[in-house]
Amino acid sequence: MSQPETLNQAFELGYTYTRSTGPVIGRFLTALKNRKIVGIKASDSRVIVPPMEYDPDTAEELSEFVDVGEQGEIVSFAWVKEPRESHPMQVPFAWAMIKLDGADVPMVHCVAAAAESDIATGARVRAVWADETIGFITDIRCFELV
Amino acid sequence: MKDIAIVAYQQSDSVSDAGAVNEVELIMPVLARTFEQAGLNSAQDVDFVCSGSCDYLQGAAFAFVSGVDALGAVPPIKESHVEMDAAWALYESMLKIRMGHADSALIYGFGKSSPGDLPTVLSQQLDPYYLAPLWVDSISLAALQARLMLDKGLITERDMAEVVSRSRRNAMNNPHAQLSGDISVEDVLAEETFLSPLRKADCSPISDGASAMIIATVDQAKAWGLPYVVISGIDHCIETHNLGMRDLTDSVSTRMAANHAGMNAGKVDVAELYAPFSHQELILTRALGLDKETQVNPSGGVLAGNLMMASGLSRIGEVFNRIVKGEAQRGIAHATSGPCLQHNLVTVLEKGENA
Amino acid sequence: MSDEQDEITVINAPVYLKYNFTAGKAPARYLTQLKKGVLTGQRCPKCSAVYVPPRGSCASCGVATEEEVELSDKATVESFTIVSIPIPGNPIEPPFVVANLVLDGSNISLIHLLSECVNEDVHIGQRVQGVWNPESEWDYSMNNIRYFKPIDEPDVPVEKIGTLPVTGLEG
Repeated sequence: MSQPETLNQAFELGYTYTRSTGPVIGRFLTALKNRKIVGIKASDSRVIVPPMEYDPDTAEELSEFVDVGEQGEIVSFAWVKEPRESHPMQVPFAWAMIKLDGADVPMVHCVAAAAESDIATGARVRAVWADETIGFITDIRCFELV
Repeated sequence: MKDIAIVAYQQSDSVSDAGAVNEVELIMPVLARTFEQAGLNSAQDVDFVCSGSCDYLQGAAFAFVSGVDALGAVPPIKESHVEMDAAWALYESMLKIRMGHADSALIYGFGKSSPGDLPTVLSQQLDPYYLAPLWVDSISLAALQARLMLDKGLITERDMAEVVSRSRRNAMNNPHAQLSGDISVEDVLAEETFLSPLRKADCSPISDGASAMIIATVDQAKAWGLPYVVISGIDHCIETHNLGMRDLTDSVSTRMAANHAGMNAGKVDVAELYAPFSHQELILTRALGLDKETQVNPSGGVLAGNLMMASGLSRIGEVFNRIVKGEAQRGIAHATSGPCLQHNLVTVLEKGENA
Repeated sequence: MSDEQDEITVINAPVYLKYNFTAGKAPARYLTQLKKGVLTGQRCPKCSAVYVPPRGSCASCGVATEEEVELSDKATVESFTIVSIPIPGNPIEPPFVVANLVLDGSNISLIHLLSECVNEDVHIGQRVQGVWNPESEWDYSMNNIRYFKPIDEPDVPVEKIGTLPVTGLEG
């Protein structure tokens, strides 16, 4: 019987998807392109950001858009010491759940901070816009501490 | 309605990198031992086969089809697959039997996570508009959940370290464990944080491996003359994909599934919970209302080795093993899928006549 | 400044994932031999079928395969298609022939190119042989064989395709 060598090959899989947004997500992304953030009212009037198409509790179709602020409060955060290659920042940063002013449901995004000790639950943050906005979630480049 | 029982369960060692092993070579030794345990020859001897795996883990399209090469599918067999943990393949197999389309089934799950960057791969199962393009990895999301628990005073870092310490110690009796050892709470707490507030020890390792199970109607199990453990209940529930809309400090869907599966109809001697992060074991234990009467994760749980797409089935297999050995009369097994315990399955297992 | 009327209806959301693939034991044995210019299969201990390329099991019997079998680079056409449209990313100019070929000594077909032939004359049962790249270019790759070309041997009857020993027609 022959003895095999161990054969390795690095490779990259690419899925070059384009996705239809539908009217609700499209409205949110259009607003981002215009450097604004919109949410949507749930069945129980809670404001969800980014907006959802259907209420997760009642399955009701949602349609009442609400403008929300570009500042908010950190509800929880995770400090990334060693960013992964795919992460939006290549220096230490935080992922956070952020409740924007006027919203009732926190959204997940990244927060730029110099050190873990600078950041805390309850801290105020503000959206930092990308130089060029295209209608994509990364139009908010990150949030920064206020 | 036909009662359904487990008659055989086997798993591979949980290893960080299986290396020069393809899916067939990963599955086949486990299947061979499972057939041997049940006194069967091949997949031809059961009425149905269902597997659980995810091609994205290893980046190989239709790897699950290649896996069928391990079965001996000539003449053709009835075969199905879920792109999920094999605990859900068990669920599908039970439906098949309940509908009267089969009296027995082979279920297996396998995962080779080592070729990719698993937490990054898992980021792509998230909302494709709002979260996947940010590449939020699975460990970071679990860290957000842990901090919510800590901030609300529901748990302490010491509580989390206790889970890790107990897992490592329990795993010393688990021959398939990847991480085991006599590690104290202080040892864990002395470790620096990895993805704050999580330490590396709070996170399950990345593992390669497979597990397999054979189930049958109780009548068939008796005809085979095998010791069996009855699956007296099974159910699964899922929560919204919007993390902000969930109470991440509780697991409502686990509790619902357990109630539907009839967990509270008797004493729970043992519980195997699929908690990839230490704080999640605490969430699950509380969501299920388990107390000191119940031994939790005597195998070490998935903190001792996390076979993606097989660990949920393994939890059920571990409870089966305890009951067959006479260490327990009745137990529950939990499986999870998705970020921060989004989707949960609970199985209730009870001693059969010959077990 | 952006035009407020310009509504977003579609996004580009590409996903790129990096992996490091390690070949399984059976494929690694096959590729290691292939680099030396040798074609090998694996024989099922139960039904004796020889698989190439081997995956480590007999897909019919569901048992592990261990025994390695050296094969010929002569083969029989089991089926074929003439490709007349360009395939994205494929450098080969259409029209070209892709065929299921059963190597002498094996029982399962593999897929490769057929060339140096009149496309319209390619037929099931036709005898072909591998045209190898220069030895200096051999790698762990089926591309070591550039393509198969017809050889001057009698056709194999349909019912005999997939049963020839490694010695070929004379065997």
